[in-house]
Amino acid sequence: MTSITEQSQGGFRLDMLWTDARYRSSFLQIVAFLLLMLAVGWLVSNAIANLAALGKDFNFSFLGTTASYDINQKLISYSSTSLHWEAAVVGMLNTLLVAFMGCIACTVIGVIAGVLRLSKNWVVSKLMLVYIEAVRNVPLLVQILLWYSIFIESLPAPKQFRENVPEGERATLWFDMIAATNRGFYVPRPVFEAGSMVMLIVFVVSVLALFLFNGIRAKYQERSGNEIPNALHLFGQAFAIVFGLGVIWLLLPSFDQGAFGIIWKLVVGVAIGAGLGFALYSMSTLSVRVAILVLPLVIAYYVMGQPVSWLYPELKGFNFTSGEDASIHARNSLMALWLALSIYTGAFVAEIVRGGIQAIPKGQSEAAGALGLRPGRIMSLVILPQALRVIIPPQISQYLNLTKNSSLAIAVGYMDVTGTLGGITLNQTGREMECLLLLMAFYLTISLSISAVINWFNERIKLKER
Amino acid sequence: MTDTTPERAPVAFVASGEIPQAPPPPGETGLRHWVRENLFSDWVNGTLTLISVAFLLWTLPGLIEWVLLHSVWNAKSLDECRQIMDESFGEGVRGACWAIINERFEQFIYGRYPEELRWRPNLAFALLFVALLPVLFGGFPGRKLLFVVTAAYPVVAYFLLWGGSIWPFFTFVAGVLLGILALRAIMSIDHPIIGTVGVAIAGAIVVVALYLNFVWGPLTDGLTGQYGAIGFAPVESAQFGGFLLTVIIGVVAIAGSLPIGIMLALGRQSSLLFIKFVSVVFIEAIRGVPLITLLFVASTLLNYFLPPGTSFDIILRVLIMVTLFASAYIAEAIRGGLAALPKGQYEAGDAMGLTYGQSMRLIILPQALKISIPSIVNIFIGVFKDSVLVSIIGLFDPLGIIQPILANAEWQGIYAEVYFFVAVLFFICCFAMSRYSMYLERKLKTDHR
Repeated sequence: MTSITEQSQGGFRLDMLWTDARYRSSFLQIVAFLLLMLAVGWLVSNAIANLAALGKDFNFSFLGTTASYDINQKLISYSSTSLHWEAAVVGMLNTLLVAFMGCIACTVIGVIAGVLRLSKNWVVSKLMLVYIEAVRNVPLLVQILLWYSIFIESLPAPKQFRENVPEGERATLWFDMIAATNRGFYVPRPVFEAGSMVMLIVFVVSVLALFLFNGIRAKYQERSGNEIPNALHLFGQAFAIVFGLGVIWLLLPSFDQGAFGIIWKLVVGVAIGAGLGFALYSMSTLSVRVAILVLPLVIAYYVMGQPVSWLYPELKGFNFTSGEDASIHARNSLMALWLALSIYTGAFVAEIVRGGIQAIPKGQSEAAGALGLRPGRIMSLVILPQALRVIIPPQISQYLNLTKNSSLAIAVGYMDVTGTLGGITLNQTGREMECLLLLMAFYLTISLSISAVINWFNERIKLKER
Repeated sequence: MTDTTPERAPVAFVASGEIPQAPPPPGETGLRHWVRENLFSDWVNGTLTLISVAFLLWTLPGLIEWVLLHSVWNAKSLDECRQIMDESFGEGVRGACWAIINERFEQFIYGRYPEELRWRPNLAFALLFVALLPVLFGGFPGRKLLFVVTAAYPVVAYFLLWGGSIWPFFTFVAGVLLGILALRAIMSIDHPIIGTVGVAIAGAIVVVALYLNFVWGPLTDGLTGQYGAIGFAPVESAQFGGFLLTVIIGVVAIAGSLPIGIMLALGRQSSLLFIKFVSVVFIEAIRGVPLITLLFVASTLLNYFLPPGTSFDIILRVLIMVTLFASAYIAEAIRGGLAALPKGQYEAGDAMGLTYGQSMRLIILPQALKISIPSIVNIFIGVFKDSVLVSIIGLFDPLGIIQPILANAEWQGIYAEVYFFVAVLFFICCFAMSRYSMYLERKLKTDHR
């Protein structure tokens, strides 16, 4: 206590500003603030002087001028007479498109690879190890460029799909619906006719019904101890069988291909259909949920007289037709970017999944086994719910990484927002500062909203302890 | 339950000695058991095995043929390559044409760095390992001595790589020493009201600023005039390229981002609201945007923020932006380490009466850094890989070297070989680093949880 009184008795000395805890924190913050303001002021004054010297100013009116460049991959209508802000929006949508597709694909790849990495099967787990290590340790840009050149150099030209090309050299559509060419991929375009609105409404209603079902089911289980009533259980199993057969029937639409084509389709179709059917059969609750979602939709589809049809790739001259009334043309730049992003991020997702599953103590699965649960149920009821808690936050940040990495599109000429706003618009208008500010603001908005989601999730799943 | 065991007659069914160990049953050991257990334990497993073996049989032979058996290592053009393939492996058989790598290998490594000066980057690279040795590995004699090399390395490497006269640097160091001397000198004056330290720091800053403004330039010129420009032949940044550039970016970014990252991480944890706010904004803003936009800033925007008339070279600008980029990520890694420390460690530091600086330096940071080393190494690997992005803004890193090759008339049509080569180059480096990070993780694992 003596030292404190001594201190307060002495007069104020300047060095007490940082030796005395009473003043130190305010003093430091004021100094930091002043220094920062000085630095910012210096930078801004430099920028103003430089801009003035170049005869430029800082405003965003260039966004309202004609862009006068074309974008070959777009989701909304756009032409070279459109404005710069429209080009930016097309770019943003393109970024979101490839990010969305990439997130789905990388999750599928990553989860499969991560689970297989943990497999007791030596060959499979080593194969996955090779995949993960090879992909993780090579720059993504190299992979994107490699896939892009492989697509361009080794896929067949559209004219090789023509009827008059000799049998051995003729290229064929994948699954009779996708044309993979060196000019890009042609994918069937859905055509919505009158009545598809009804299908949409039916779908929305069945989603609501699903929520309702989930609530009722949970109450039922609390009351009775059973997951679902026996009758519903039987219905689920029956639906699983029908569903599996339906998938097989869908996957085997035509047999007009060579012998290899038929066998290939038979094997793939039966494998997928039977796999799905078996999986649903063993999980009848899930099967009921799928039935709630799918069944009304299928019924509505036939009741309304099949309002959705597909425009398949069609050859016209030496090329596939493109445009609003033809199949969707996805350029190789998009496909290569998508593939590379998914494979690259998939490797990271695989490690996250593996880590998440391994983070669950062995005792958990042993305890579940001791209670008499079978492996499938141990996974779905004990391991996964706990592992997902570990997996999902880093998984979401991988989605964020994928979105940011999609900016590498500029290397293959896919016009995402970096390519339009940060590329051609920037070079045409010479508005570096404005363009880059907008570009960064776009990415920042995405990543801040994703981190908000992560934080919300972390808060929600936090173990409620004492 | 008595202490003395009575003598008993030997009983036939009680073993009197140890039974010799029998070999395990025939089905439980050896290759067959391993195969059954690991490859065909049930039908799912068996199917997976068959599928993956089929996949390997489908891809591996072709890959090996392409990479090794049917490849050509010496040729002057792609046409010649194909001709050789046609002649030696049969008409139409295609393998990799490694001749392109053979021809351009030096470019891939050094870019357009002058040929007769390439010993300088080589020496700098070798010295890098000497400098890193005491940092990366412990427990060998002379480690302390090697730290001197580490401390001097940035300067030495700069002179080796860029060359130029030593005088500007020499006089700059003289200025810094002058500042330190001024600090010491003013420190000895104790003023009853103003205190000591603040005046000393302010005084030293004034002295150094005056020195840099008025003495540095003339002194440098004078020394150069008197003794001539002593030093290596200068190499312009535009001539840097290839893997050399990748290594420079990686090393500078990590070395520069560590201190900044530590400060940002501490700032983010700080109780000083303003400092915390600034750190959070900086970290989140940098982490929220892709590196490529920061590189665009480096290539188009950074010069706007400098005093009119100054313009410094693109590699330096890229280094600044990549360093800032890496420091935001490092800050997050270190924050993870800081957060992992039990609160008792902080409180113990306070209870011992240590100042903030002391408790950070002696208690908190050594532990926090240790925890975050694996993620720091991972960030380094990421930065190393991301450095290829500089090819997008027109620098000649390994990917940038490829572009002219693809456009070259003699090599028109070649692509897989060059990308494959660059991929392998990066794979070797990054894989080695990730293994090192695992080694570190094991070595530093001192807890017994």
